[in-house]
Amino acid sequence: MTQPTNRTLDLKQLRARLLDARGPAFWKTLGEVIETAAFREYVQQEFPRYADAAGHAISRRDFMKLMGASMALAGVSACSRPSGEEILPYVNAPAEVVPGKPLFFATADVVSGFASGVLVETREGRPIKVEGNRQHPMSLGATDIYAQAAVLQLWDPGRSQAVTYQAQINTWEAWLAAVASARDEFDRTGGAGLRILTETVTSPTLTQQLGTLLERYPRARWHQYEPVTRDAVYEGAQLAFGEPLETHYHFDKAKVILSLDADFLGAMPGRLKHAREFASGRQVEPRDPQMNRLYAVESTPAITGAAADHRWPLQARQIDAAARQIAAQLGVAALESAAPLAHDAVKALVHDLRQHRGESLVIAGDHQPPTVHALAHAMNERLGNHGNTVTYTEPVVHAPGEQMQSLKQLVQDMSEGHVSTLVILGGNPVYNAPADIPFTEALAKVRHATHLSLYHDETSARTHWHIPATHYLETWSDARAIDGTVTIQQPLIAPLYQNRSAHEVINALTGQVTASGGGEIVRAFWQNRHQIGDFDNFWRRALREGVVPDTALPEKNIAVRRNLASRLPASTPSRSSAIEIIFRPDPTVWDGRYANNAWLQELPKPLTALTWDNAALMSLELARRLELQNEDLVELKLHGRKLRAAVWIAPGHPDDAVTLALGYGRTRGAGPANDAGFNAYRLRRSDAPWSDEGLEIVKTGARYPLAVTQDHHRMQGREDVREATLEEFRRNPSFAHDDPHKNPPFPSLYPAYPYDNYRWGMTVNLNTCIGCKACTIACQAENNIPVVGKQQVQMGREMHWLRVDHYYKGPVDNPETFFQPVPCMHCEHAPCEPVCPVGASIHDEDGLNVQVYNRCVGTRWCSNNCPYKVRRFNWLKYADPSDPHLAALRNPEVTVRSRGVMEKCTYCLQRISVAKIEAEKQGRRVRDGEVRTACQAVCPTNAIAFGDLNDNQAQVGKLKEHPLNYALLAELGTRPRTTYLAKLRNPNPVLDDG
Amino acid sequence: MSQIFKPGFDLIFRFGVLGVIVLAIAASIVWATAVDVVGNGVGAAVQQPVPFAHKHHVGDDGIDCRYCHTSVEESSFAGIPSTEICMTCHSQLYIDAAVLAPVRESFATGAPLRWQRVHDLPDFVYFNHSIHVHKGVGCVSCHGRVDQMPLTWQAESLEMQWCLDCHKNPAAHVRPRARVFDMAWRPDNQLALGKKLVERYHIKSPAQLVDCSTCHR
Repeated sequence: MTQPTNRTLDLKQLRARLLDARGPAFWKTLGEVIETAAFREYVQQEFPRYADAAGHAISRRDFMKLMGASMALAGVSACSRPSGEEILPYVNAPAEVVPGKPLFFATADVVSGFASGVLVETREGRPIKVEGNRQHPMSLGATDIYAQAAVLQLWDPGRSQAVTYQAQINTWEAWLAAVASARDEFDRTGGAGLRILTETVTSPTLTQQLGTLLERYPRARWHQYEPVTRDAVYEGAQLAFGEPLETHYHFDKAKVILSLDADFLGAMPGRLKHAREFASGRQVEPRDPQMNRLYAVESTPAITGAAADHRWPLQARQIDAAARQIAAQLGVAALESAAPLAHDAVKALVHDLRQHRGESLVIAGDHQPPTVHALAHAMNERLGNHGNTVTYTEPVVHAPGEQMQSLKQLVQDMSEGHVSTLVILGGNPVYNAPADIPFTEALAKVRHATHLSLYHDETSARTHWHIPATHYLETWSDARAIDGTVTIQQPLIAPLYQNRSAHEVINALTGQVTASGGGEIVRAFWQNRHQIGDFDNFWRRALREGVVPDTALPEKNIAVRRNLASRLPASTPSRSSAIEIIFRPDPTVWDGRYANNAWLQELPKPLTALTWDNAALMSLELARRLELQNEDLVELKLHGRKLRAAVWIAPGHPDDAVTLALGYGRTRGAGPANDAGFNAYRLRRSDAPWSDEGLEIVKTGARYPLAVTQDHHRMQGREDVREATLEEFRRNPSFAHDDPHKNPPFPSLYPAYPYDNYRWGMTVNLNTCIGCKACTIACQAENNIPVVGKQQVQMGREMHWLRVDHYYKGPVDNPETFFQPVPCMHCEHAPCEPVCPVGASIHDEDGLNVQVYNRCVGTRWCSNNCPYKVRRFNWLKYADPSDPHLAALRNPEVTVRSRGVMEKCTYCLQRISVAKIEAEKQGRRVRDGEVRTACQAVCPTNAIAFGDLNDNQAQVGKLKEHPLNYALLAELGTRPRTTYLAKLRNPNPVLDDG
Repeated sequence: MSQIFKPGFDLIFRFGVLGVIVLAIAASIVWATAVDVVGNGVGAAVQQPVPFAHKHHVGDDGIDCRYCHTSVEESSFAGIPSTEICMTCHSQLYIDAAVLAPVRESFATGAPLRWQRVHDLPDFVYFNHSIHVHKGVGCVSCHGRVDQMPLTWQAESLEMQWCLDCHKNPAAHVRPRARVFDMAWRPDNQLALGKKLVERYHIKSPAQLVDCSTCHR
């Protein structure tokens, strides 16, 4: 199959065009800027290259055969009724279950150790949808993409289902017997050869169990390794305060924020809270418009930099010098360093920070070295932010800041033959250990290795025993949020297979075998902790609310050490010519643990819009110098190690640097993502886990096709993002309506239709949208939206009902970035409706534009006529109804669509219907806030509002009166029910790089 | 070479064509009737693991519908009784009856009874019992005289047109809420009463009731 040629760029032409003032104001892809012929073809055909769909041309003879068969069989299929269906009632019905009604249970989603509270919807015992828990301080009602995709992971048929020994299926009992004999040896030797390797553990129960184990076998050791290591965070605090503390940021109190390569909205623990608080400072009241201001010094483009008012791209290695430069100006200490940032910029920034003492905030990225963290702490103290916008507590993790060292020690012990029994609880070290730590070779010297994990992965293949782990939706456990808040994790369903939890494995090692899974262990731990008062009451409340009260850690009052400047390592000037490689957790598959999750794989990654792969991201300048183009396969050479990777040019990427996301290049246990992308761990060194110098890039001449959705579902060059600065908005509050061409209302030949019952409408606030794409995946989970796979994505056939469009403005080396979520607009004058020959696309009395699947015959005319390109067609039978695992995952309130049917956003019609029926039964109208669409409920920044426009108290109606409110492509006279609040930035008026 | 078709063949050919047309029409009629009678399942008792008689339970014993169909007033699904509900009576009555062996076995082993669905709507139709019951649609309107059914069958076609008959003109079908579960109730003047009830129960306008989104999503 041919690749779209618009990705083959003439770089000279591109540069000329970008310098040319007549270039487009907003652009999406580099190809568009130079207007290649192929690009024009791409936008003109909504579904490009569909003639190639079957992968080969069909001959006339084949066509006749297929048509003949279809005609003959068409009649046959109509001959019978649907085959009989069974109803299986309960034997003893649980009191709380009402068949047909959902139940919600509180638990916690854990990513790299840190919990955020969730409420999980179950249908007759099947967990099908995750929502945020408003009572949890790190959720506040929202979730991230990982929590949304958790249900797919639970029901994933690719999960490991049986205990194996030497690659043969075995039993848990056999493993217990093997452990029992090993225990005799541990008793004799004090556990000398016993090692436990875990990921970051915050579970109080598991921490105590491991403590008990180490007490019993004093010579045993517990190691922790997390590939997305936060060692530098704790080392930085150690440097500044003398103890490894956790820093907590309060963005709602901050007026001026400086991010030193911190992706606090996208990748840091606490991101949902950060996003909510950051957005609260960007809700603009028309009467007195105020906004916070974010300066972002950023290496790899991330959504935090996209949200910034000033973004200054620097290589990751230069952030340290930039931090010193700013700190010196702030008067933290006289620090010698290169000055990577413009003097004027730093002066203006420092002035702005000083003007907001106690209301400013400096945050260092998790991936920056300890020095940057220490300087951020010192700057915050200097600015009077301690106790205001920044607070400190003890960390919730065990042995903070020692993980990389811990892994090194373990591997050394293993290589020297000191380890007889290794128990790996979660994680996948064979795949993700740094390249300079020979974990795999050392593992071969261990006599008995056991791996507990969700998938039979690279590590499972090299250990003697593999035990399938329970998913968190089917197990008892507990976990702490970054602020210390404990959530008891409760199972929503019994384990699907022979799964075991880490609690059970550790208990077995100490000789206690529990009959009923981990539940007893967790409950006993808390019963022990909670001696005073009524335990049952406490337990039930903790489970119901999803939060154990009073477990957040107390604030610590501390001061930065006096002689900090002298303790900092000297600034190491980097070789200016050396190319840097930056490693980052992948925006969707994280460290690789979600590689088998097709929802996350197919979610276009924020900023690159890549799906199903990672790529070597680089600036246009570097690509030009190396004569590379998008999708060129290059060989990356770093300190004698080699890796092949495909090139993707990322606007805004710093020069002389390449970013490669972790989590790809899996070889086992990743299902369809096995062998997708490029394994960054093969280049990553333990002492330079996040950025390394001395990269060589060699062009191979080969190409590697990527599936990028940035070009798809274009609006024919009529992109309509309206934006201004805060200053401009103050001067001209109606700027969003200035263009008379785009200014509704337009006359209509038809009389206005009276929508006198409900009139549903939505607003999307572009000013608070951070582009995290949680809405896209929440919509996918709620509405049974299938995934289509890499090849189909390349053909432009991804099925997401809600896409997040992403525009650039300005120069390619540091463009401004805009996100625009686009669901169905539910136009009152919908262009899709008059063209449907069978009336499958029609309006209802509430003004919803509904798609009637059972009428649809698949002409696709509606999609052709939709100016917003929000309609999705089932080209193939994407939603395979024959897989019982995936059938169990589906939302029973939403029809599963078959091949040949058009579908699109329904405003979560099923939620509207339920609310209307409940309201009718109580003889009232639906109240504002009673219907929350899936995208609205999940949004960390509350950017989406939905409700009844006939209800004059409804929030959405008030937002429609906001001067920033505008309708997308209003000039077409479609009268969309979905409207947008225009984007504002708040650049420092002194600076003109805004 | 002589002619293959003699002139007389014309007549045979004409009869042949006529015959094909007549056959096709006849086949269509038979087919349509067959679909009406058998194809949509109306009137055919469905084989169940236990030959459960609504006639006996409802008609003879007078047990209310809601005793077994517990969620009919609050949920989309009316609810099929759990084995435990069967056993509340049948641990005292007919405790040794052979036909009830599957019920006792289910209760003893914990394996659910496997009932065959009698009323099976297409998967793209979302019917909600609770709102119909609340708005005064009697059980009997859709399910027929269940109290007279020794075995259970589908009484109405459940085709979309049949649904729409009522959604277009609810006044012809609704009854007082107090009579919803009454199998034998008959109105004196349905249309007069229906009009009043449509108003009293705030039943939506036919335009809203026939919206596609009322039943499809």
